[in-house]
Amino acid sequence: MSRSSWPLYEVFVRGKRGLNHVHVGSLHAPDDEMALRNARDLYTRRNEGVSIWVVKAEAITASSPDEKDPFFAPSGDKVYRHPTFYVIPEDVPHL
Amino acid sequence: MDLEREFERVVAADHRIEPRDWMPDGYRKTLIRQIAQHAHSEIIGMQPEGNWISRAPSLRRKAILLAKVQDEAGHGLYLYAATETLGADRAELTEKLVEGRQKYSSIFNYPTLTFADVGVIGWLVDGAAICNQVPLCRTSYGPYARAMIRVCKEESFHQRQGYELLLTMMSGTQQQRDMVQEAVDRWWWPSLMMFGPPDAESSNTEQSMLWRIKRHTNDELRQRYVDMSVPQADKLGVTFPDPELAWNADRGHYDFGEPDWTEFWQVVKGEGPCNAQRVEHRRKAHEDGAWVREAATAYAAKREKAA
Repeated sequence: MSRSSWPLYEVFVRGKRGLNHVHVGSLHAPDDEMALRNARDLYTRRNEGVSIWVVKAEAITASSPDEKDPFFAPSGDKVYRHPTFYVIPEDVPHL
Repeated sequence: MDLEREFERVVAADHRIEPRDWMPDGYRKTLIRQIAQHAHSEIIGMQPEGNWISRAPSLRRKAILLAKVQDEAGHGLYLYAATETLGADRAELTEKLVEGRQKYSSIFNYPTLTFADVGVIGWLVDGAAICNQVPLCRTSYGPYARAMIRVCKEESFHQRQGYELLLTMMSGTQQQRDMVQEAVDRWWWPSLMMFGPPDAESSNTEQSMLWRIKRHTNDELRQRYVDMSVPQADKLGVTFPDPELAWNADRGHYDFGEPDWTEFWQVVKGEGPCNAQRVEHRRKAHEDGAWVREAATAYAAKREKAA
């Protein structure tokens, strides 16, 4: 049997209702069901979560760190997307 | 080179290096070695205390000890997960451990002779581990730092349960108090050695500090640990077996004696009281579990086929 025959899963936990699921780490498991149970035992031993997502690491598509500058460049020069770009007289209320 | 300059800029700015960033080979190798060694320590560290689960004196102590040993397994897994973000293979690391090709903290090569050892390990050994680990929450490699944040949160329970256990024993019979003092006498020097050799002999420290993997030297952390522990010992009513231990008002720190570094290097080299036993136990557990891993894999494959 090959050494790493259990696939790698990434684990996301929702800390409490109203919050997003957040990546907490990874683990190996033979299948989805076991991944979920292992994630419960590994990442929520102290009530750290009310919901868990597991996903095979190979199913994630990620942006490449090598091209992070060009990839995110389109938003770099659009300062007018921020509220602070606009000058409003101080005596205008609620704006 | 651009990539190297970018790496250095990120580290110097105290930002974190993340898994897919470019990093020097030495940085990657140092991290894999250090994090794997740390993970192995957590896994091997389950044994000295696991030794007492079946003989814990009450259901309360047994439940606490079980939870603590389970935490150590969890800490090992967080850390193995961090090594995998660097391209290491978890199964290969386990092989290296059971074949004696990678090390773990020498402290776990000492035996746990009485139940007081469980308390002293929580108080002193986990206390020393906390001193080492708190600065690692700010280490330059993101996944390692995040794993350490989780670990540190949980270690606090470990240390407090140990100290509380000892407080309970110290309020018992004279025999129990003697048992605590005797355990402290055996664990004090090994716990000081947990910070590694003196700075002058620590080959990895300088580069690791430059890369901000390490944030303090071995001797700095050792001093911090001594300063923290002495008042706790006073409160508990035990003494440390060091005639040179004394408050130094000029320095604002405790002076203390030199650990026996010959013993330290012997244990590192594999000649401690329990080295062979610890590795053998880990190897056996790994091999005994092989059929479970294989059965789960076969079951997953069968279900995938059916689907």
